[in-house]
Amino acid sequence: MQTSNTTAGTEKGLQDLDQIVIRFAGDSGDGMQLTGDQFTRTTALMGNDIATFPDFPAEIRAPAGTLPGVSAFQLRFSSFDIHTPGDAPDVLVAMNPAALKVHLKELRKDGILLLNTASFSALDLKKAKYEKDPRTDGTLDGWRVIEVDLEARTLEALATSKLDNRGKERCKNMYALGILYWMFHRDMAPTEKAIAQKFAKKPELVEANLMAMKAGFAYAETTEIFQTAYRVPPAQMKPGTYRNIMGNQSLCLGLVAAGQKAGLQLFLGSYPITPASDILHQLSTYKHHGVVTFQAEDEIAAVCSAIGASYSGSLGITSTSGPGMALKAEAIGLAVMAELPLVILNVQRAGPSTGMPTKTQQADLLQAMYGRNGECPVAVIAASTPADAFEVGYEAVRIAVKYMLPVIVLSDGYIANGSEPWLLPDPEKLPAIPVKFAPEGQPGTKFMPYARDAQTLARPWAKPGTKGLVHRIGGIEKADVTGNICYEADNHQHMVDTRAQKVANIAADIPPIETIGPRTGDVLVLGWGSTRGAITASTLRLQKDGHKISCACLRFLNPLPNDLGDLMRGFKKVVLPEMNKGQLAMILRAKYLIDVVSFSQVNGQPFKSHDIHAFLQKTLASLGSTRDAGSAKETRR
Amino acid sequence: MTAVPTSPAPLTKKDYKTDQEVRWCPGCGDYSILNAVQGAFAKLGKQLHETVIVSGIGCSSRFPYYMETFGFHTIHGRAPAIATGVKTSNPALDVWVVTGDGDAMSIGGNHFIHAMRRNVGLKILMFNNRIYGLTKGQFSPTSEQGKVTKSSPLGSVDYPFSPIALSLGAGGTFIARGIDVFGPHLEDTICKASAHKGTALVEIYQNCNIFNDGAYKGFTEKEVRDERILYLEHGKPLLFGANKDKGIRFDANFQPQIVTGADLDKAFVWDETAANVAPAMALATMSEGEFPVPVGVFRRREKPNFETGIQAQITAAKSKKKESIRDLLFAGEIWDVS
Repeated sequence: MQTSNTTAGTEKGLQDLDQIVIRFAGDSGDGMQLTGDQFTRTTALMGNDIATFPDFPAEIRAPAGTLPGVSAFQLRFSSFDIHTPGDAPDVLVAMNPAALKVHLKELRKDGILLLNTASFSALDLKKAKYEKDPRTDGTLDGWRVIEVDLEARTLEALATSKLDNRGKERCKNMYALGILYWMFHRDMAPTEKAIAQKFAKKPELVEANLMAMKAGFAYAETTEIFQTAYRVPPAQMKPGTYRNIMGNQSLCLGLVAAGQKAGLQLFLGSYPITPASDILHQLSTYKHHGVVTFQAEDEIAAVCSAIGASYSGSLGITSTSGPGMALKAEAIGLAVMAELPLVILNVQRAGPSTGMPTKTQQADLLQAMYGRNGECPVAVIAASTPADAFEVGYEAVRIAVKYMLPVIVLSDGYIANGSEPWLLPDPEKLPAIPVKFAPEGQPGTKFMPYARDAQTLARPWAKPGTKGLVHRIGGIEKADVTGNICYEADNHQHMVDTRAQKVANIAADIPPIETIGPRTGDVLVLGWGSTRGAITASTLRLQKDGHKISCACLRFLNPLPNDLGDLMRGFKKVVLPEMNKGQLAMILRAKYLIDVVSFSQVNGQPFKSHDIHAFLQKTLASLGSTRDAGSAKETRR
Repeated sequence: MTAVPTSPAPLTKKDYKTDQEVRWCPGCGDYSILNAVQGAFAKLGKQLHETVIVSGIGCSSRFPYYMETFGFHTIHGRAPAIATGVKTSNPALDVWVVTGDGDAMSIGGNHFIHAMRRNVGLKILMFNNRIYGLTKGQFSPTSEQGKVTKSSPLGSVDYPFSPIALSLGAGGTFIARGIDVFGPHLEDTICKASAHKGTALVEIYQNCNIFNDGAYKGFTEKEVRDERILYLEHGKPLLFGANKDKGIRFDANFQPQIVTGADLDKAFVWDETAANVAPAMALATMSEGEFPVPVGVFRRREKPNFETGIQAQITAAKSKKKESIRDLLFAGEIWDVS
């Protein structure tokens, strides 16, 4: 909150800030995700830029009050363009001692701690692994602590409610939300509307939740422990219509929009897996768009059914996370051999093996690139923000049907569950996705399933049910053009080269890399996927300080953009932050023989922009880069 | 989905043959199965372009290359899953799966049971030779215990299971057995499978003359087959023997018993459409040594198809709600920035 342009408010006790980071933390059952979500919606509607980061345990309900059961939701809102949900929170809402224990160390010094004191018995403290009461032993020194017994206050406020005491207590998150709404000068109306909708069938719940929220708001306004409210004026955002969106949602919308544009029936074969299940859930609500969803018996059946659907003329899609990708590998190879369109969505999570299902990582890149037997290239593209996932989903469909090959889309848990305002595209201006099925064959002619398009090398998409097109294909190597089984040496070499060339040809279809900053300088920060926000934020900061630093985020990872080599060669150093052990860095070093510096973090958490900033500062210092105020030109995406 | 026009042109067996040289070992049971399938397809007047044959991996799975229809030779064990995608995406297609005991019962066991459970309109022909042929002779999940093979030089320790019993347990709606050397009966069984709307399984006992020769000769040789084969005929008592002088009945514990002479009229009257799965299960699991081997239809029950249910939901949703891409995107809480 110690922002540069903090000014005195016009009203007594109202202070203007340009950004705030709030973290809600409580038990899995405390409704922290709902509370965070409500704050986010309200704030988006009030015109701030916003970024969110839900961080929850894999357990549905770990034992109440314990450290593993703590669920958190961080959001950052501002009156300027932001790229990440922030590093250290300015405000921490801790619903119990366990939440305090897990998250206090991250709270910015001098930050505000809103602490629920309802459960601080010896047993509660023990569950949170506190030997002494942290409220009295100096643990909380250095923060602005506001203690509220949220349970008692909520029960008081709901004295007239028909709910039982347990039901009343469960409204305490709304009481806390009410307090924050007052503190940050938020409008309660959007939440009133949302809660009325959410519990439409249970009016007593609507009443209790709203009563609790309003009571919290009134409590904050009247009690003396809150001396100031803060206001974050709306951000200057590009004109247009916005919608707050999470990555999994926008990915689905991109696919459906592409299916409509292409005139194709979408077929999703999927098996539930965190953090990709929401894609299956959401696409199953788009039946009115002709979307078929098939919850398969396993990951293999999921991808295989999608291949079968593509074979019969639908657009087959499969959604999963890392462990599921491992199981799908052989079938993806079949799609490569059969040269069928297929979209594979990998919402990456922390691995290996089961790893940490609800934590984020981007360590499946090499798996996507090379994780199959044989020479088995596919297109690989990555979403970089929740809103960007729309375009990436759309692009995946376009590439898959144009080139007749599988496209792997890499997202991750951070993008999937994070949200941001999305400037809605004009549907009319979405790129066309022309699909041409092979026409009926003429009597006396033989259909050639591997006769190729001269430009893309794509083979024809021959729908079963079409007269004169009967043919046989499969996973065995086949002669080009005829598709007949063929074990000849020269033919195999030719087919391996052709399948690689098909993927390489896509590079001609990719726009030049967009950079933030000039295309030459001291340091180029490259990224892909969800590191984009943190990279952008740190780069902009260093540019402001006058450093010759630029950054770019790659959407296409296979093929890589044609201008990447030249771009990298325009800088003294290329730094590549990745949430893996340097996978893209390895590819770039191998392909371009450029000494790309990997900045790796594999701890299940997104990068903090100050960590990237510190690393870049060191890199710049090693180059002898000095601040050159005024010379760096700042451009925004 | 597309509506496939059905204007049957008369086709002969020959029309289903491809220009590809058949590459099974000379004397393989697969040849007679291919012949029976082509015969059945000609009899049924199947249109080449409306038919899709999906196979997995194994000797049997080379089948699509020899049929002048759409064919997809896929990966080991996964044919039912791929075929489910084909059929669900376009229910108008006539979709067949050709597989073997290793492909369907071992590596693809999961997909097999779920295809049976869902009642997708697939016709599954499972060639059971009780051996792995393509990998040169290891025991399979249907090989008898004690099978001596390259991978079990001291005899296999595994117990086999009955694919028919497995399918009954998985809720299959059409379950039948044929034998490669009983051509006309096999052709007839394939026609019955084709007529069934839901998932149909035909287990086909097939001789592998290279790695498991004579696996079935104990009940298929001309001299013994009358005494050793039990033809299941709907509505007729379970009788066998050259003079139909032996029958099968079930005791109070549903154990099968052979009856003769005056007790012959106690032979169980076969009802392939029975709701109760117990008689079919008893026949599927009775000892091959002690009892005759049943062939024909074990079970045939009508039940709505998976793909029909899926497409019905789509049709209903489409008629209820029309939504443009704009409406799809500009939904929920939206706001304008000017």
